[in-house]
Amino acid sequence: MAVKLVRRPELTFWEKLYFPQIYSGMKVTFRHFFRNLFLHIAHRLGRLKGTPASVTIQYPEELRPLMSRYRSRHRLTLRDDGSPRCVGCMLCETVCPARCITIVPGEHPDPHVEKFPERFDLDLGICVYCGYCVEVCPEDAIRMDTGILDLAAYSREAMQLDIHELMDPELRKPVENCSLDFPHRCEITGGEMKGSWGHLGHGD
Amino acid sequence: MMIELLIKLALAGFVLFFVLNLAGFHTWVERKQSALIQDRIGANRASIFGFRFLGMLHGLADVLKMFTKEDIIPDRADRTLHTLAPFFSVFFALVAFAAIPFGDQLIVGERVIDLQIAKIDAALLYVFAMLSLGVYGVILAGFASRNNYAIMGGLRATAQMISYEIALGIALIGVVMVYGTMDLSNLVRAQGQLLWGWLPMWGIVVQPVAFFIFVTAALAETKRLPFDLPEGESEIIGYFVEYSGMKFGMFYLTDFLETILVASLATTLFFGGWQVPYLSPDGFHFPWGGELPVSNLVYVLFGLASFSIKGLVFCFLFMQLRWTLPRFRYDQLMSLGWKGLFPIAVVNVVITAIVLAFIGEAA
Repeated sequence: MAVKLVRRPELTFWEKLYFPQIYSGMKVTFRHFFRNLFLHIAHRLGRLKGTPASVTIQYPEELRPLMSRYRSRHRLTLRDDGSPRCVGCMLCETVCPARCITIVPGEHPDPHVEKFPERFDLDLGICVYCGYCVEVCPEDAIRMDTGILDLAAYSREAMQLDIHELMDPELRKPVENCSLDFPHRCEITGGEMKGSWGHLGHGD
Repeated sequence: MMIELLIKLALAGFVLFFVLNLAGFHTWVERKQSALIQDRIGANRASIFGFRFLGMLHGLADVLKMFTKEDIIPDRADRTLHTLAPFFSVFFALVAFAAIPFGDQLIVGERVIDLQIAKIDAALLYVFAMLSLGVYGVILAGFASRNNYAIMGGLRATAQMISYEIALGIALIGVVMVYGTMDLSNLVRAQGQLLWGWLPMWGIVVQPVAFFIFVTAALAETKRLPFDLPEGESEIIGYFVEYSGMKFGMFYLTDFLETILVASLATTLFFGGWQVPYLSPDGFHFPWGGELPVSNLVYVLFGLASFSIKGLVFCFLFMQLRWTLPRFRYDQLMSLGWKGLFPIAVVNVVITAIVLAFIGEAA
């Protein structure tokens, strides 16, 4: 059996006195203390705003800068006329490893566009934020660049986004009335969006 | 007689008010000072009507929280002792303040008021007795909880406090020998003398070694970092595991009270208590020849300010130490106490005795 001797470093007499070590420790803490105290007071007086006095980010008011490739809440990109770019090709639904996307395509009035989504549902409670849907999309119709991180809700239903919320990232449930002017399946009753989650086989 | 009683009550009320508020204030200082040291902001969210007062309301919020929390007494615990233990802790910490002189004599009309709650001849012994009795709160808390971890924590705390009390006591023998009194107000008065005509004869000047031993041992007595082995907030299960609500809060309060007590003791014994350099009851007498007479009221106010400032500086220093130093290991703690501080304290007493004997012979 291989034996490795670990020699514990013996304290020198100077270190055993403790005082020099305490002194050097106190030097560090005092330096930080008075520097930050001075900066905090200066900030109160409106000076030296460029020099931060702490590394704290006060979260709900201040957000950390996001990297440009950060994958946040999804959105559907729009054409110039305000309709979704999505052509209902089902690639994202097919590639999705978590199977959180449900699309019901419909016939588009424009003959140059094959289809459009009558329903586009995305369950954030299931989504794994892999970003495959964004990568696979041939039309650049879905992106994950809203910068919305506070994805929390009191119910599973509230985590299930439908086309209204995906096209307008600011929109949150309950949605009072439908603002989309193209034909799509939509039942907004009493501020609650009722959908076809059940009949699409995704539970309720 | 009645009036004297009232005066004593007023003094006690004044000290209690000051000390308890300062202890509450310590929670804010602890949060903010550590935050500044560690480049953070510190708790700043509690607010009343939108005013946050730099986070000072968090102490208040803490107390409200602790009072409204469930007070759990374990089934098999000794109910009486379990309830008594935190009261013991706080009581002995508070009572010790009675003997600390926080100002010189205030003259109101014909009456001379000593700014000290209890004028005890052996005040130093009294303070130490109370400090030692504080161990009861700790060991009772551990014992009455019927929790093995709590008992171990209580034993650790007791062993630590008793070990360091010895070094503490012996360190102060030197001070008592130099000034020849155990009465704290006389001890402070004796520190008003000048050495070689210009240097105030404060304890730190004549007994520097004793001062360092005292501060180290006294910090160990308060059971705060770097000596917080009895209970280490998040890491070490200590003697008050089985406490919740305000009873837990009282143990916490005791820590802060003891810090303040130790700070005021260090001030009294080593930094001249309420003495202001070159200020005697009738005014300033500067060694370079100037004189500035002051009235009794101004003199007393100077004394109070001097005592408070020194005490607060010590509190600040202890807090800074607490956020600077890492925790001792238990064997390091014991060997520092018994093999380090204790022999040094004894040697300090012997050398002081020899020097005093020579000075006495020369005089």
